[in-house]
Amino acid sequence: MITAIVFLPLLAAIVAGLGGRWMGNVPAKVITTGALFASCAMSWPIFIGFLNGDLTSHVVPVLEWVRSGDLAFDWSLRVDALTAVMLVVITTVSALVHLYSWGYMAEDPSQPRFFAYLSLFTFAMLMLVTADNLVQMFFGWEGVGLASYLLIGFWYQKPSANAAAIKAFVVNRVGDLGFMLGIFGTFVVFGTVSIPEILAAVPGAEGSTIGFLGMRLDTLTILCLLLFIGAMGKSAQLGLHTWLPDAMEGPTPVSALIHAATMVTAGVFMVCRLSPMFEAAPVALGFVIFIGAATCFFAATIGTVQTDIKRVIAYSTCSQLGYMFFAAGVGAYGAAMFHLFTHAFFKALLFLGAGSVIHAMHHEQDMRYYGGLRKHIPFTYWTMIAGTLAITGVGIIGVFGFAGFYSKDMILEAAYASGPYGQMAFFVGAFAALLTSFYSWRLIFLTFHGQPRWAASEHIQHAVHGDHHDHPDHEDAGHAHSDSHAHTGAPVTGTAGYHPHESPLAMLIPLAVLTVGAVFAGFVFKTAFVDAEGGAAFWAGSIAFDAGLMHAAHEVPLWVKLTPAAVMLLGLFIAWRNYIRDPGAPARVVARIPDLHQFLLRKWYFDELYDLIFIRPSMWFGRLFWKGGDEGTIDRFGPNGSAWAVSGASILAGRLQSGFVYSYAFVMLLGLAGLVTWAMATFS
Amino acid sequence: MNQLGFPILSLMIVLPVVAAVVCLYISANAARWTALLTTLVNFGLGCLLWATFEIGGPQWQFTERVQVLGWFHWALGIDGMALMLIMLSVFLMPICIGASWRSITDRVGLYMACFLVMLALMIGVFAAQDLILFYIFFEAGLIPMYLIIGIWGGANRIYASYKFFLYTLLGSLLMLVAMIWMIGTTNTADIPTLMQTDFPVQAQTWLWLAFFASFAVKMPMWPVHTWLPDAHVQAPTAGSVILAGVLLKMGGYGFLRFSLPMFPDASAQLMWLVFGLSMIAVVYTSLVALVQSDMKKLIAYSSVAHMAIVTAGLFAFNQQGIEGALIVMLSHGLVSGALFLCVGIIYDRLHTREIARYGGLSNNMPAFALLFLLFTMASIGLPGTSGFVGELLSLIGVYRMSSWVALICGTGIILGAGYMLWLYWRIAFGEAAGDDTRAMPDLDKREWALLAPIAAVVLWMGVYPEPFLAPMRKDVTALVARLAPAAPEGDAQLAAGSPRVPAANSPAHGGESPQ
Repeated sequence: MITAIVFLPLLAAIVAGLGGRWMGNVPAKVITTGALFASCAMSWPIFIGFLNGDLTSHVVPVLEWVRSGDLAFDWSLRVDALTAVMLVVITTVSALVHLYSWGYMAEDPSQPRFFAYLSLFTFAMLMLVTADNLVQMFFGWEGVGLASYLLIGFWYQKPSANAAAIKAFVVNRVGDLGFMLGIFGTFVVFGTVSIPEILAAVPGAEGSTIGFLGMRLDTLTILCLLLFIGAMGKSAQLGLHTWLPDAMEGPTPVSALIHAATMVTAGVFMVCRLSPMFEAAPVALGFVIFIGAATCFFAATIGTVQTDIKRVIAYSTCSQLGYMFFAAGVGAYGAAMFHLFTHAFFKALLFLGAGSVIHAMHHEQDMRYYGGLRKHIPFTYWTMIAGTLAITGVGIIGVFGFAGFYSKDMILEAAYASGPYGQMAFFVGAFAALLTSFYSWRLIFLTFHGQPRWAASEHIQHAVHGDHHDHPDHEDAGHAHSDSHAHTGAPVTGTAGYHPHESPLAMLIPLAVLTVGAVFAGFVFKTAFVDAEGGAAFWAGSIAFDAGLMHAAHEVPLWVKLTPAAVMLLGLFIAWRNYIRDPGAPARVVARIPDLHQFLLRKWYFDELYDLIFIRPSMWFGRLFWKGGDEGTIDRFGPNGSAWAVSGASILAGRLQSGFVYSYAFVMLLGLAGLVTWAMATFS
Repeated sequence: MNQLGFPILSLMIVLPVVAAVVCLYISANAARWTALLTTLVNFGLGCLLWATFEIGGPQWQFTERVQVLGWFHWALGIDGMALMLIMLSVFLMPICIGASWRSITDRVGLYMACFLVMLALMIGVFAAQDLILFYIFFEAGLIPMYLIIGIWGGANRIYASYKFFLYTLLGSLLMLVAMIWMIGTTNTADIPTLMQTDFPVQAQTWLWLAFFASFAVKMPMWPVHTWLPDAHVQAPTAGSVILAGVLLKMGGYGFLRFSLPMFPDASAQLMWLVFGLSMIAVVYTSLVALVQSDMKKLIAYSSVAHMAIVTAGLFAFNQQGIEGALIVMLSHGLVSGALFLCVGIIYDRLHTREIARYGGLSNNMPAFALLFLLFTMASIGLPGTSGFVGELLSLIGVYRMSSWVALICGTGIILGAGYMLWLYWRIAFGEAAGDDTRAMPDLDKREWALLAPIAAVVLWMGVYPEPFLAPMRKDVTALVARLAPAAPEGDAQLAAGSPRVPAANSPAHGGESPQ
């Protein structure tokens, strides 16, 4: 069964990708979407089997892969509780995104290609989460990277999409180098790349040291740090995050599937999969906490000022991933996986909702040109409200809460309970929760409430005047003109005579299903994921579940438990005050702190910095080595250098040109024959 | 004699030579068909060789030995490493003939003869068991390549062929001197015997350096690589394919057959020279590749970077490093060959190698774009393709010796992704540079037939490399054993510590359930 779950999407991708032109749009879409729903239908019984305790972890071998000396690894599919969680997340969101794309991509000329890429992505992601050894995990890791590259650059005519696609791939490769070195080091230390064998050998390696780059370091610390660098790249953590916002160049269903629900959580998955190893490396865990908390804070600050609806959600994703990492860092792997699980539903919902808004607003993505959409697209509005309630963590202790209420609060409580580092993370996380609430409600208020401000949007003007874009989905223009207008005042209000329409059913059904997830996923599954007893039974050793920490998390002081709710309300209030009650307030705030605003708007200047220290020097050195090294030095003093060589060249050239090439070859042969004869005469 | 009962290796060498002579005297079309049939027959013989090669059997198989004069023998025989490189040669050759089918119209008979002679010489290099015989095959390979570049090359072909010739011949003269010294000392030219001979340590260093002069140029290693971009740019498509696909592998083969087993002590002493040059090459040539505006130059520079991974892997002195290096050699032979074919296919349509003149080929050439994407991904070592298996194994091997070298060589995977994806963008994505670019037709049947087999093997080697690794395993093990006394310690050096007692309150820690 697991084999079918994993390979059906691959089969569908191959058929739709290679046969798409021949078979047409609808069969390609039916095959891929059908395959995904089939995979999804087979995944849930596995998950439920683990919830009930009917299933135990097992490995299904597929094919031998590489044997080289004492290094051996195979293709195989591992199924345990951790995999089961990822299986339902991946197949469910992917199936819904496939369905959603029927509506969203309806006008695109190359739909089979799009669906083939989506299915290919799903296959690679499933290979990643079912990996029984680090190399197969790396296969999935790079495979999702390839799919992400192809899908970000799906509209390949656009330079911005191409640049974003390459950036995503190359930045991920930086992380992947860390991952690869981690695999190498693990093999050198443990003599295997099989995950269960590594984890079994971890206790024996504690306290040992290893040489690395001329230093002597604690073995497990350096291995965990190297592997974590890989996780930082894939999960867009501080320093290697720059690709994620740009990845929004891809079609919105892609953002929902890859850059919110599944691929970017691969880093969290990896840390959880290797959690017994990380548990034995406290320094590395400290680093994980630090990076997680820092990302959680920094991404949230940027999210507060972005005007592109997808970029707000992208930074929100980045920030939520930070929560998952510091949860893992404090040892609450169950809580990290729980947040991964609930986040997949509500973040996919928010992205698909945003896609529905973009669809309704004729591909305008700038929230400054939205406003008042509540009455026009009520279904989208209410589903996005559910998503916002879930991400901001609304709920009443002991009664009921939306998904994020259980997972995010659990993370904060576990962090507080875990010790001094965790308490630092708790305060950072609580502040980020305030920002989360603010930017999430800001998005809702700017989009759905207030007066319509559509008149100034170029996209809307195009729509009203009937001149269609040459391309069905043209998402970059919004970004381009948002820079030129940047905060010169409130945009013109008015509808310009445009009438937004609610999206087709294919898009609304996934929204409805995800809404169910965003509302109930926390309440229903909290026992299995994070309860001290229930969690230990459910995870059954597939992660280093710390029942003691979970107990302690339930017994934190009341103010700790109430803090998330308080900051959530505060964020809501600030957003309401600035965007509903007094819409002129944000401009005044910006006027008072222009430098800080610029700093946030420019995303802490990471892109500028990297351009300055990596991109430009690479090009400069490339030209230097080429012109100054190869041509200016090696050739100049080498083949072109000495006078005899030059004259030799001209003689040679003359001969060749005048047809003496045969005689030249003959001379060479003669010379060889002479040498051989001489050699034999001398030594025989 | 051997398991087949007839001298298959001699047959594989003589057959193309005979066909080459025939080609000189028949019409252009007949020459094309003769060349194609001969190379296909040779490929068939190669498959027979692979199928009947006894894995785990004697080290040298299909041996033939006829005394010519004194100690000079017509001695042929292959081990697993030579077998795989012969397979690479006979696999690529029909594709080269096919690639030249229409683009070569001038002196076709001579052209086909050059390729057939080259095929014979390549098989000879990998099968020779006599030092002098090896030298003849190794150096004579220059001549047809020299002619191919010099006669059918681009506008600046004279300079390129001169540079190619000068570099490679100067290196090999030193090698010849070393060979003569070796024969004089041991009184034998038998390569298997010499591989077991322990030369004095001081002599090893000089001999090693002399061989290195030749192999480093063939490889090519930095800083003697500058002939390669020029040669590639000027060579016709099929010439580039053979140059990148097989000729560059002769340097690596030379290290495996001579430098490492014959001079293990010198190899260990001079390991850091190889590592140093390899590290420089990876970073340097990758950065140079980044700024190229000529497609062929870009791929040529990327070849230098890939070959640096090979040299680093070979000198890692362990099983993974050497097996990885061999797989990179095979993979690079296929992938860079395929990339040059891709370049040739679009060059045939637009007659320019300027990257800026292309763009948007995904629109009008979707099949081409798909295959080009596959080879691009294989070139940057995406898992599931042959490039990954090779790079992973060789870098693991390197890491066991030195984490520094693994890190620096590993930056190649980042830079490689940068320049290859940027190239792909400028060719296949974006907007077409002009109406002529937009009007280019997609692959025809002949071009499909050239690229599809390579694509299949690239994926096969990436997903299930065992058939490729299995014949070489025993030889690599023997080589590693031969090197073991001289091999230095790696820098990882795990030092055991005192394991912490597992905490009592966390029973789940480390409690991974068994498979």
